[in-house]
Amino acid sequence: MRRRAKIRGIVVGSISIVLSVIIFIVPFAFIFLTASKTAAEAALFGFTLPTEWALVENLTEVLTIRNGLIVRAFINSTVITVLSVVLMVVFAAMVGYVLQRRRSRWNPVVNFLVLAGLIVPPAVVPTIWVLQTLGLFATIPGLIFIQATFGLSFCVLLFRAFVSTIPKELDEAATIDGAGPLRIFFGVVAPLLRPVIITVVVVQAVAVFNDFTGPLYFLPGDENATVQLTLYNFQSQTLNQWNLLFMDILLITIPPLVMYIFFNRQIVAGMTSGAVKG
Amino acid sequence: MAQAVATKPQPTRRSVKSMYPTWFYIPAGVLYVVLFAIPTFASFYFAFTRWSLQDVEFTGLQNFITFFSEPQLRTGFTNTFIYGFVTSGLKVVFGLALALLLTGQLMARGYLRSVVFFPVLVSAIGVGITFKVLMDPFDGLINSSLEAIGITGPAWLTDPQWALYSVALIDVWKGVGIATLIYIAGLAAIPQEYYEAAKVDGAGGWKNFWHITLPLVRPATATVVLLSLIGGLRSFDLIWATTRGGPGFTSDVIASVIYKQYQAGFYGLSTAGNVVLFIVVTAIVVPVSYFLNRREVER
Repeated sequence: MRRRAKIRGIVVGSISIVLSVIIFIVPFAFIFLTASKTAAEAALFGFTLPTEWALVENLTEVLTIRNGLIVRAFINSTVITVLSVVLMVVFAAMVGYVLQRRRSRWNPVVNFLVLAGLIVPPAVVPTIWVLQTLGLFATIPGLIFIQATFGLSFCVLLFRAFVSTIPKELDEAATIDGAGPLRIFFGVVAPLLRPVIITVVVVQAVAVFNDFTGPLYFLPGDENATVQLTLYNFQSQTLNQWNLLFMDILLITIPPLVMYIFFNRQIVAGMTSGAVKG
Repeated sequence: MAQAVATKPQPTRRSVKSMYPTWFYIPAGVLYVVLFAIPTFASFYFAFTRWSLQDVEFTGLQNFITFFSEPQLRTGFTNTFIYGFVTSGLKVVFGLALALLLTGQLMARGYLRSVVFFPVLVSAIGVGITFKVLMDPFDGLINSSLEAIGITGPAWLTDPQWALYSVALIDVWKGVGIATLIYIAGLAAIPQEYYEAAKVDGAGGWKNFWHITLPLVRPATATVVLLSLIGGLRSFDLIWATTRGGPGFTSDVIASVIYKQYQAGFYGLSTAGNVVLFIVVTAIVVPVSYFLNRREVER
């Protein structure tokens, strides 16, 4: 009986591996192979090894195109990602902490607003109107605030759930020792939030870095372009240079891939939170 | 028990207040109110106007009448439902199937889990461009492979009949990893005793699935359905990267209509689209969430 199960595991496993290669690996291999081809060969769309490897040439060409537009875009995207995630984490942790610790009649209101933030699609043009009034439209700080705002709800939910696992006695002991609320939160509670902070940082960093709609609406113009926007603009400009386009895709996919390799457990934890509790 | 509570020094109401100050809400609250709540409320006014960001002229229901009388805008409306339900349905089916496969006895489980999840991390634009090439009707890898085994594939993204469903399939390819992970976590939470008891009663694979797995994995199903409905109904970037709503306007959804009207400078009409999308999303997500969660409590 057990041997039969084992054999079945091997058979089903082999079929799954073959299918997974066809469905999931081939597209990624295709990106890599196309990025390694010459322009003429890439335009054939074939799934073949390049007859002439041009990986390095394509890489330097993509990096130097239009005076290093991609390099600047990488810097912009990094700045936007880092700062918006910092804002999100600090602000959402403060909300999640007080929301979980203090029972008040405001809790239902705050909970409702958090859920609304998850469900309601942002109203695009009125947001642009508000940003223009504040002088933040089409600026990097503007997009940082936007990304931080749109990510808040998800972060608050994770922090609220995690704070409930930290014993309240710790806060009380610290109060008796004479610590104020800021000292308690940043000195005592925040270090204990480390696991959930890592989860939030990784998940939101990937989300902000990969976001296309936000920069498209709120950060138009070439000099402030983010990586996703350059990729999108490339698509319409470099019509016959599929090799460069796919090199760009390859470059842009590397940062999230590195994140995944180092933090895959935290990413999984973040994505599946709420799966058990509903 | 009551005694233990009484002897423990209770922090007074005042100290609880100062330990957990309300002003901790303020930084997040300011961002939320200024950049999310105000635009949302303002959209309910601007949706009824002709608007150029400088000048506002109240036009009553005109924008909504335009929205539902012009065929291309109406197509976007119905397509939003199709896209939302197709993607979330397929993610439930494939997500659960993959999760059952990946929690069973299997070789290379770790490899399979990573591979299924990896597309989640690639940007929608990158995935969109890649599949535009793979789905090319003549030279694309998909159709040339199908041809090799004697099948003439459809024109995928360039066929008006297929375009929307093709994008939906790409969306499922990209998002099924999250659904699978959520289901794996949900399956892990089912106590093994149920299956042991069922074995004693002589129940087999299908009976186990229908009477134990499916009902008990319900919280995970609720999460997958809600997440993919919220994402699918609002979906924009993948559609814009692959078809831009085309051919013609056959794969437009509300979110792409909003962008097109914004580009054309019809800010009032674009905002009306936002209000319609708001109503569609809440009218579907809120009842579905109520239904899925209520049944759970009753049981």
